[in-house]
Amino acid sequence: MRQILIPLYAIIIFLLLWEFIVWFNGWPNYKMASPSDLWPAFWKFKKLFFQYGWDTLWRTVAGLFLAVILGVFLGMIMGLSKILREALYPLLVGFNAIPKATVVPIIALMFVGQHDLNTILIAFMISFFPIAVSISIGLSTLEPEYRDILRSLGASKSIIFWKIALPKTLPEFFGALKVAVTLAFIGTNLMEIVSPHGRGLGALFDSGKTNADYPLMFAVLIGLAILGIALYYVVVVLEKIFAGWAERSSD
Amino acid sequence: MSLNKKKDAIIIKDVTHTYKTETGLLPVIKNLTMNIPEYGFTAVVGPSGCGKSTLTKLISGLLQPDKGEIYLSGEKIATPRPTVGMAFQNPVLLEWRSILKNVMLPLEIVPNKLSLEDKKERAKQLLSLVGLEGFEEKRPSELSGGMRQRASLCRALVHKPEVLILDEPFGALDAFTREDLWQVMHKLRKEEPFTGILITHDLRESIFLADEVVVLSGRPATNQYSLKIPKLKNPKLDSLFSPNSIDMLKRLRKQIELAQVQQGEN
Repeated sequence: MRQILIPLYAIIIFLLLWEFIVWFNGWPNYKMASPSDLWPAFWKFKKLFFQYGWDTLWRTVAGLFLAVILGVFLGMIMGLSKILREALYPLLVGFNAIPKATVVPIIALMFVGQHDLNTILIAFMISFFPIAVSISIGLSTLEPEYRDILRSLGASKSIIFWKIALPKTLPEFFGALKVAVTLAFIGTNLMEIVSPHGRGLGALFDSGKTNADYPLMFAVLIGLAILGIALYYVVVVLEKIFAGWAERSSD
Repeated sequence: MSLNKKKDAIIIKDVTHTYKTETGLLPVIKNLTMNIPEYGFTAVVGPSGCGKSTLTKLISGLLQPDKGEIYLSGEKIATPRPTVGMAFQNPVLLEWRSILKNVMLPLEIVPNKLSLEDKKERAKQLLSLVGLEGFEEKRPSELSGGMRQRASLCRALVHKPEVLILDEPFGALDAFTREDLWQVMHKLRKEEPFTGILITHDLRESIFLADEVVVLSGRPATNQYSLKIPKLKNPKLDSLFSPNSIDMLKRLRKQIELAQVQQGEN
């Protein structure tokens, strides 16, 4: 109960403070919308909010899913083979260093008209890197004694991987997944905002901008925050289930 | 074959091992020969970096000697074999498993006919032998260093290995915990007989636990000196302060100094 109430109070205090600052400064809603402007803006477009919110959510999750698969695969081969690690690392770092905002128009042109695919691709590209790095580091820093214990019993490489290497990297994996979740949302929205005739919350944000509906833009931001929080906590729950052992008791 | 002579469980015959490094060949063990009789327990001491850990890897089959042969119970070692149990300075328990499941790990890998219940029974029996009764369901992170090392010893013994290889298992523990663990080792030897080799830097530990102490020379290591330890009926820590023990410690100390000088020269 306490775990729900404390964050709830914090959110309420945050909204009140926001409302107060806007009222105190007498800002018009095109400079800074206040929380009381948000609900009407949401209600006016509530159908679009749910429809586009769903679009944004499933594309983000699909992008993340791809990122997990490719990230774990890259992390595995880099973690288990020194040669591949040396070969792939500079490539990956270079790829990650390119701002994804500059890749968005390229992808949009490359697969023109395939809005879902484009969006998923950007979400995937922006979020696989931390996963690949965390898995490769987790695997390559496995203490040799762990391997020796099992190898001295005659265990095969795959048994060592399933019984030790994989579970041992799970905490690192979930740490990276939390970062990847927020990154994937950035990717999805970049594409949704830039794409002409786009769908999703990013497109709704863009239409708020073109129609000078500023409260709508703020309402979209809050909607994105809510989706982000929801997905983040899904990861937290999964982490508790699969890597709860890594959490030390507080006493 | 004479009947009153115990057969040797571990035979190390003229073994040489060399590492290939970027700066060239690094001979670590040279013409090493030693035997450990069945249910014997030999401690190996020597200067730091003289190849003691390499020796454990050779005996467990994780490494192959360049020259010479190693036999376990009359069989030449070519690959790792499930008849070996190992414990290291780092207890390397799996943090995501309970203590009981950690101890059961070798039984999941070594072929055996035990049912799950039997495996649990076996692990529980060992845990209570080392004083960890009631900790079966705890996570390793909830245990102290000494307790983790006790669990690690149980894991090394759970599949009744022919040979127990201990690579400085008590090196990271504080002095009093270490002495407790020495007592545990005597108890384990009595209840769960095994043939063992103990790598250690602690001379008191070596004469308190082992039947024979082998001093390795500086790198490349070969046997420089060996000392038979008279067996006490009821080993007590006090016995370490007896004139006989002090004399043995002095002799070993002297040999270590010689080995260190030799290592410095190479």
